Amino acid sequence: MIMNNLGYPVLSTLIFLPVIGALLIGLMNRKHEGLIKVSALVLSLLTFAASLPIFFNFDKLTPKMQFVEWYSWIPAFNIDYLIGVDGISVLFVLLSTLVTILCVLISWNSVKIKVKEFFMALLLIEGAMIGVFCSLDFFLFYVFWEAMLIPMYLLIGVWGGPNRLYASIKFFLYTLVGSVLMLVGIVYLYLYAGRDFNILHLANLKYPLGMQLLLFWAFFAAFAVKVPMFPVHTWLPDAHTEAPTAGSVILAAVLIKMGAYGFLRFSIPMFPDAARAMTVPMMVLSVIAIIYGAVVCLAQTDIKRLIAYSSVSHMGFVTLGIFALNTQGIEGGILQMLNHGVVTGALFLSIGIIYDRTHTRQIADYGGVASVLPVYAGLFMLFTLASIGLPGTNGFIGEFLIILGGFTANRAAGVFAATGIIIGAAYMLWLYQRVFFLNVNPKVEGLHDINMRELLAVAPMAVLVFWIGLYPNAFLSFMHPSVQSLLDKVRPASANFSTLADFLRAVFA
Amino acid sequence: MSTYLLIPALPLLGFVINILFGRKLIRDKAHLVAIPAVLIAWAAAIYTVIGVVNGKIISEDLYTWIVSDGFRVSVGFLIDQLTAVMLVVVTTVSLLVHIYSVGYMHEDKGYYRFFAYLNLFTFSMLMLIMANNFLQLYFGWEAVGLCSYFLIGFWYEKKSASDAGKKAFIVNRFGDFGFGLGLMLIFITFGSLHYAPVFQAVGGIAGRTVDILGYTVSLPTVIALLLFCGAMGKSAQLPLHVWLPDAMEGPTPVSALIHAATMVTAGVFMVARCNPIFNLSPTALAVVGITGGVTALFAATIALVQNDIKRIIAYSTISQLGYMFLACGVGAYGAGVFHLYTHAFFKALLFLGAGSVMHAMSGELDIQKMGGLRKHMPITYWTFLLASLSIAGIPGFAGFFSKDEILWQAFAQGGVGRVLWVFGTLAALLTAFYSFRIIFLAFHGEFRGTHEQEHHLHESPKSMTIPLMILAAGAIASGWVGIPSIIGGENSNMFGSFLSGVVGRPAELGTHSQEMMVMGLSIGVGLLGILGAAYFYIWNPELPKALGRNFAFIHKVLWNKYYIDELYNFVIVRPTFWVASSIIVGTTDGKWIEGIVNGVPQAIGAFGQRLRKLQDGIVQHYADMMALGLFVFVAIALALFI
Repeated sequence: MIMNNLGYPVLSTLIFLPVIGALLIGLMNRKHEGLIKVSALVLSLLTFAASLPIFFNFDKLTPKMQFVEWYSWIPAFNIDYLIGVDGISVLFVLLSTLVTILCVLISWNSVKIKVKEFFMALLLIEGAMIGVFCSLDFFLFYVFWEAMLIPMYLLIGVWGGPNRLYASIKFFLYTLVGSVLMLVGIVYLYLYAGRDFNILHLANLKYPLGMQLLLFWAFFAAFAVKVPMFPVHTWLPDAHTEAPTAGSVILAAVLIKMGAYGFLRFSIPMFPDAARAMTVPMMVLSVIAIIYGAVVCLAQTDIKRLIAYSSVSHMGFVTLGIFALNTQGIEGGILQMLNHGVVTGALFLSIGIIYDRTHTRQIADYGGVASVLPVYAGLFMLFTLASIGLPGTNGFIGEFLIILGGFTANRAAGVFAATGIIIGAAYMLWLYQRVFFLNVNPKVEGLHDINMRELLAVAPMAVLVFWIGLYPNAFLSFMHPSVQSLLDKVRPASANFSTLADFLRAVFA
Repeated sequence: MSTYLLIPALPLLGFVINILFGRKLIRDKAHLVAIPAVLIAWAAAIYTVIGVVNGKIISEDLYTWIVSDGFRVSVGFLIDQLTAVMLVVVTTVSLLVHIYSVGYMHEDKGYYRFFAYLNLFTFSMLMLIMANNFLQLYFGWEAVGLCSYFLIGFWYEKKSASDAGKKAFIVNRFGDFGFGLGLMLIFITFGSLHYAPVFQAVGGIAGRTVDILGYTVSLPTVIALLLFCGAMGKSAQLPLHVWLPDAMEGPTPVSALIHAATMVTAGVFMVARCNPIFNLSPTALAVVGITGGVTALFAATIALVQNDIKRIIAYSTISQLGYMFLACGVGAYGAGVFHLYTHAFFKALLFLGAGSVMHAMSGELDIQKMGGLRKHMPITYWTFLLASLSIAGIPGFAGFFSKDEILWQAFAQGGVGRVLWVFGTLAALLTAFYSFRIIFLAFHGEFRGTHEQEHHLHESPKSMTIPLMILAAGAIASGWVGIPSIIGGENSNMFGSFLSGVVGRPAELGTHSQEMMVMGLSIGVGLLGILGAAYFYIWNPELPKALGRNFAFIHKVLWNKYYIDELYNFVIVRPTFWVASSIIVGTTDGKWIEGIVNGVPQAIGAFGQRLRKLQDGIVQHYADMMALGLFVFVAIALALFI
């Protein structure tokens, strides 16, 4: 049954339009590359257009799930096809549909082999990503969660850089190991609740503390790898570096958001006591990620690897905000997930633009790019500034709210997190200096500036940088009721562990 | 639409037009966009300031910027007396620097970019001073820092220039780290970041304490000191002053506008704006005053021995900013802002004069290679001389009135104030000396540069000399609005009365004879400094070298600016990079985490290789294994059940 005021299954459209599109492209003759590319572009544009009604018709006053569709799928196991979005997930559905267009545009000329399969994979990922953010049935969620892995694995393994095999297998294994623990957790919940996969039902049950703690860590394994949190972050630099531009963009913009999304959708509302009890370790890991990720950027020689490590640092801010467990922290965290998607996505798009011309990722191969490609340099500067959280850009709003939330929850966490913005400025400006300033490196001499197609691929991100930076309420207003309802669940503090013994007692009670 | 909104809006519009269309369409006409934008903004500012003088204070929100539960911040404006003073300074100096730049930058290939950044800077600075809340102040604060970064590194092909820009940004981030935390503590304490509610409720936190690492500390002190961290960065006070001398890599008009008259004074403005908070904490005030006093003297000693004309003036700026903080530290915020106001004119003039000299000398900065320039560039010489008389504190000139008021207020406070007064008076002696060292070395005597340079010497074009003359008028007359009552009679310190509604006025302490003594001494050291410079550089030109030889150690320390850059490099920069490359990339990430990550699959793989050997296809082996398995199984079963 369809429960929305649009009168048609809008979310299913978003999930299956790209999938059907991928199948259609699959039927095409691989020699007609132009047709394949145009089809992929049209499909991604159609999907984006189809997602706009969600943005405009979303009811910002209710924490309830919206645009819900509910069909029985496998009745024998109580598995439903149940999808919907709330204030936590809706923006990521929209980000996914936008980013896919940009990925199609940026890959136009840079993909030379297996063009047909590339665009199929891209559209399949889009469908799966949207599915992950919309699923309200655990079984369905897990299907999308794993389904997304395969095209992504192929994207890195087939169209990636020289070390792509190592990177893709590492990505796959890392994610899979984490997911398996989550699967155990899901099955346990299913049995405990009397054979029920419904996420909304499961979130309303009250679980014993020991069970909450075990499940919290089981889910943590999956989400922490995805975020990625320290110390399970080392797949990200390899995956980002070796992935083709579109792969890096999707990874940065959407895929790694799923870990943080998992905390918000499952870990916190389902295991609120455990989440509250675990705030200190979570904040410690977040702060380590912020500083560790930032410091390691200072030692990078590869542009993509540097941006990858900066993602570790930025996602540390996100998890810090989430586990501050207050409004500013969580809203800042969600907004920063969006911001990181926009800014890091844009940075990878931009790196792709110059890589297409020089075929090198080494910082030392650049220099003086601002003299040769002034428009490109200006755009890259904008994204650099957003990345270091300059007020007026989107990065500032997210970081400020997160540090404020973190500082409110735990003074030390706020203070340590704030050091990240100093190091952040250092590594980004140093990168910019080595690539764009100084004398023109012979390797970039004579390159032509950004063209119209490339400009179109990054322009939407530039608009979002200012839109969110100057009028963040346009986006924050989506979240308020959902975040409040989430906090209502977690607020009554019942568990408080001062020692490890308390913790163990609770687990084995 | 209110008139005052034009003040920030037009420079922003000018920036947008030039940055979008400057490179291909507008090019060398960029000033035709930028100057009218600032000119109209200046007119609107003067109009608004007249309103403030007549009691029309503006305070309103434009729109709600951020909402997150109880956290609610607007974009809004507050134009009171303090903002009015800043409006005059910022728009006037900005306008003159824009005009000057037409001549100074006329052949630069980044002409449009330069004017775009100048416009953006003006917008940002205006947002900073016109904000009605801390977060918008912070917006302006970071945005002026960004423009400073762009303009210091304007000639980005030069490594030294792009290094200096980066350094300015990062050093400022250290200050902003504290500033940002201060804002958060203000929000957590007061539940708002808007000035009005915070300053209204500020009395309620007097005596409140906060726990930091187990120590109980006064809450107002913590907030005030965190805010002051930001001020130390932006206003280049010890120990965060290191970026400002390097900032001289930027084009000279930038040094005049950003690194002398406006941006660097933002810290003083912020402390004056937050005076209700600082007033609650004698400790914080003492820190502000001592930092200012020590910086004033410290920077002046370095300025004594430098030869780069712009760096001398840069150290002079650090020193003069120190005076302003010294004033704030003794509670005389009005005197600090008064010095900010007069300093803007004479220091912008010094920088623009230096720019004029560089223009004539094909970029030469070393005053040892100049000499006798007054014959070739009389307007530059006379205006530079007036500015130097002003900064030296010669009676009648603007700098005299503001500096004297600071020294008197410090003296009158007693206690720490007396020590600060000694620092300030010593620094005044050095100020007069190094200022006239420039005059005598650069403008008097014989020319010491190359023949080619001498042949090229010329007075600068009108677009440059007219701003010099206007600023010279300011360097003389801007102080006349703040004549102490001991000279001018009742109500002659109009400046102090005008600001008293915002920053208060320290109680009248001390006697008339003391005030005369302080004033006399400050005039005396000013004259002594000038005479000393004449003695060293006109009458006994061999003396400085002899002194340098005899006190080689001191000279070396001063010449190397007390080795502070080297210290930071050794203590902060290099260890950080070492941790990044050796510890993290080399060890924790590289060996430990990756060791486990790659080790586990490898171990599983190796185990699989072993298991493969079991399936070697020899039936006998299989039978052996079955027997072994059965035996183990039975053994376990027996062990469990018997």
